[in-house]
Amino acid sequence: MSEATAINVAARASLWLQPHRIVLILIALALVFCAVFFLRWDWLPQYWQMGLMGIWRALWILAVTCALGFALAVPLGLAQAGGPFWFAVPAKVFCTIIRGTPLLLQLWLLYYGLGSIFPQYPWIRESWMWPYLRQAWPYAVVALTFSFAGYEGEVMRGAFAGVPKGQLEAARAFGMSRWKIFRRIWLPQAFYRALPTLTGETVLQLKSTPLVATISVIDIFAVSSKVRQDTYLTYEPLLLLALIYMTITGILVLIFSRIEARIPVKIG
Amino acid sequence: MAPGWGGTLLVGLLHSLEIAIGATFLGLLIGTAGAFGKLYGGPVTRDLLAVYTTVVRAVPELVLILLLYYAGTDLINQVLAAMGYSRVDISGLAAGIFVLGFVQGAYSTEVIRGAILAIPQGQIEAARAYGMPPGLMLRRITIPAMLPFAIPGLANLWLIATKDTALLAVVGFFELTLATRQAAGVTKAYLIFYLAAGVLYLAVTLFSNVIISRVEAWSRRGMPSVKEAR
Repeated sequence: MSEATAINVAARASLWLQPHRIVLILIALALVFCAVFFLRWDWLPQYWQMGLMGIWRALWILAVTCALGFALAVPLGLAQAGGPFWFAVPAKVFCTIIRGTPLLLQLWLLYYGLGSIFPQYPWIRESWMWPYLRQAWPYAVVALTFSFAGYEGEVMRGAFAGVPKGQLEAARAFGMSRWKIFRRIWLPQAFYRALPTLTGETVLQLKSTPLVATISVIDIFAVSSKVRQDTYLTYEPLLLLALIYMTITGILVLIFSRIEARIPVKIG
Repeated sequence: MAPGWGGTLLVGLLHSLEIAIGATFLGLLIGTAGAFGKLYGGPVTRDLLAVYTTVVRAVPELVLILLLYYAGTDLINQVLAAMGYSRVDISGLAAGIFVLGFVQGAYSTEVIRGAILAIPQGQIEAARAYGMPPGLMLRRITIPAMLPFAIPGLANLWLIATKDTALLAVVGFFELTLATRQAAGVTKAYLIFYLAAGVLYLAVTLFSNVIISRVEAWSRRGMPSVKEAR
């Protein structure tokens, strides 16, 4: 058994490692070697702690906004797929607006636009929210959450609409209450349908997180900008930044493919 | 609302649209070449294209824009210096089109590759059997046959391109979002200007959607409707 799998692995490796690939990998290694030895990396010891904080902050924003955004996307999708029109129309309008304008503009609208309105009202300044509203990160979280909800809401609409009618009718015939039908039948099947796109949406969301650096949230992108300003280096911080994002993307894709593999394949 | 800034926003919108159109066309060129390279190219071409599409799609656009912007202008200036010319300032428009087009190219490569794979294989084989040269086959068979499969994806890319132009504001290119920021910063009427810019972007998107559905219907002419095909 283990011998057979070992042979299988070796066969797959030899299929993948064709001669031209070995040459390409050597060229890539040579490039990495040049990058390590001929570019300047002496700033790393000074900034790596800040960089780790930045990565942590980017991941934290990613996780929170994806979770909140998905929680918001479910009602948005449900309203559009099966809701009465006074739910469906606002949900549709919300998704259209979010998907029709750049995230950077939404972010700046919230941070600079709303942020300039709030201080004019004394009751806001005296409320418990004020310490939060003065900081940048709540605006970043809200903008990224709305963005994720807008795009994923459209996906969830399709997913909810794609669940076969017979499933819902069968559930109703069993006397399930509407909430139970939603919880046990409709939502799980819609979620399975939406899962492949969820991977892509999460990666897109990761790629949107550097925008929060423009409203002074110190994520990994902001750290790299600081390094560039402090050291006058152009390429080194950016190349490292690209590598970090590629690594995070790879890990995300790996995690999601694990989750997808656990889900029953043939649906509907 | 202070008078005079509306025109600034419109100029910004014009610049945004110029970049979006240029980047989409450049992306289409790269994408078509890339798709053909991925499908019919040699092993080295395929692997290099796989690296290109994977890397571009895994790194945030903002980072790519910065990298390509600096690397591109540096490279051109070094080439010019090596050839004995003096340094030039690359126009923001050209740099923006190049950078966004490079990013768009990776996405359109995948879209067009998928569309070509969706063509019934017999059509291409028939064309080959009639002895059509590759250029003629591309023009008469492959491109018309793949359009219905490619247009939804490419339309999506166009919408992404219009919105990605906003990222060039971070590099300091004067387009709608940066124009808005300047107008808002000077007049202190932040909310109004950002809302106005949002309306402009939304108008572009909605108008594009109308055109896109027309083009889609045109490219699907003679085919069974989507509902019947299911």
